[in-house]
Amino acid sequence: MSTLSAAPPALRATNLTVSYNDVRALDGVGVIVETGSICGLVGVNGSGKSTLFKALMGLLVPAAGTVELYGRTSREARQRGLVAYVPQAEDVDWDFPVSVADVVAMGRYGLMGPSRRASAADRAAVDAALERVGLAGLRRRQIGELSGGQRKRAFVARSIAQDARLLLLDEPFAGVDRSSEATLTTLLQELRDEGRSVLMSTHDLAGVSQLCDSAVLLHNRVLARGRPSDVLTPSNLALAFGGALEIREP
Amino acid sequence: MDLLNWLTEPLQYGFLTRALIVTVAAAVVSAVLSCWLILMGWSLMGDAVSHAVLPGVALAYIVGIPFSIGAFVFGAGAVALIGVVRSTTKLKPDTVIGVVFTALFAAGLAIVSSTPSQIDLLHILFGNVLGVTDGELWQVLILGAVTLAVVLFKRRDLTLLAFDRTHAHVIGLNTKFLSALLLGLLALSVVVGLQAVGIILVVAMLITPGATAFLLTRSFDRMLVLAVGITVAASLAGIYASYYLDISTGAAVVLAQSLVFTVVYLVARPNGVLWQRLRVRRSRRRSPSAEAHVGDAPAGAVS
Repeated sequence: MSTLSAAPPALRATNLTVSYNDVRALDGVGVIVETGSICGLVGVNGSGKSTLFKALMGLLVPAAGTVELYGRTSREARQRGLVAYVPQAEDVDWDFPVSVADVVAMGRYGLMGPSRRASAADRAAVDAALERVGLAGLRRRQIGELSGGQRKRAFVARSIAQDARLLLLDEPFAGVDRSSEATLTTLLQELRDEGRSVLMSTHDLAGVSQLCDSAVLLHNRVLARGRPSDVLTPSNLALAFGGALEIREP
Repeated sequence: MDLLNWLTEPLQYGFLTRALIVTVAAAVVSAVLSCWLILMGWSLMGDAVSHAVLPGVALAYIVGIPFSIGAFVFGAGAVALIGVVRSTTKLKPDTVIGVVFTALFAAGLAIVSSTPSQIDLLHILFGNVLGVTDGELWQVLILGAVTLAVVLFKRRDLTLLAFDRTHAHVIGLNTKFLSALLLGLLALSVVVGLQAVGIILVVAMLITPGATAFLLTRSFDRMLVLAVGITVAASLAGIYASYYLDISTGAAVVLAQSLVFTVVYLVARPNGVLWQRLRVRRSRRRSPSAEAHVGDAPAGAVS
């Protein structure tokens, strides 16, 4: 078999188990994101999506299970700048006095010296990232002065400036209008096509079918995983969403 | 010239010159730190640390070591204690902070009251900047310089910590260390500031300048500059008001800062409360039937 010599996947989480007090947030969850692919993480609120992200980023220690990013521990991967996180809109203080360019520059901090003074290379990387997501003209705006879609692109630009290999996106399409959604979709596809990997949590089932190469249906445990068309079946969705969801056939 | 006389007359007294230096130095250090504290949501923490240093100051006087050592030990100790209780219970942070700092403050009062002859409680609580000795002046200047140097060197990391702690963690920065660093700097600036305005009011210097600057700008660098400018102006105004009006120096300095905050709150464009009211009234007058959109009217569109 060739599995021994093959490069490890971008993300391999095995048997992750996390409990808050007596409540199991994650129960033996396994997720694989192949290098150069986009994986959609689908589930209702409270299904453990945020907990899974936290465990992947090493923000909480699971009771059981392992996380490997590009064959390394989460900690090693973080220290090498392999991972980037694009937060959910409500987790960001949009009144914070930072400009769009400031936010993107934060992607470079892991590569800078202890005082985080930007070198010419850092500035060039920030400029290129802003250019790439189409925000070069808005670089001096305060971050909260952007629209919902522009805000997302600013944080994706931060991941690009970081040159992260794996992007974790928490609800990237929430609060984003249709045309911005299309722009963001194209951007994520381009990043995938240049070999980066993406894990994104989402409610947007239509988006998952269009954009994602694989999907994981989560409800504190993995209900289904594989190709989006195999995962997002009416019966699986009924399990995940408890029948509360009107299912539209694509 | 009368004005020149008016300005230089207080400086003929050595104690007033020292008071001026101590107040401005402490105010600048506090103002710089205040920009991060208000963005972190740590104002209550500043209040807690300042009250918690009382037993440290009292013990330092009794033992005969520099007050700043005792104050810093208890300030940092309070922070550590709050951290331990928070992480081992399900109590809300403000509850834990309230329990810890009042306990330490009461312990300080108990120590002071049991040794009444050695310590002047009012000086510790409300500051005694007019009685600052040369030794205390140097403590303030050296600790202030160290605090300022560390804050400015790590300013980008601290801003990242306040803005997006998760990102800081994900790119491999040590967020626990950065939090501890900022808390340590908070304790240091309390130590520096209490000499000027006392334990009770030092927290004002750690909140008001940053809060005022925040209302004026959406750029962090400008916020820093504004906070320092405001606090220096308010300190000078406070010292002169204290001399000519014969009021407590600490109170005068804090009142001057509060006055600047009030003015900015009322008139600063485009967020000032007065401007918003005015815009609503104007747009109502122009189109009485239409609904007034406070935020939509461009500032100064009618003038």
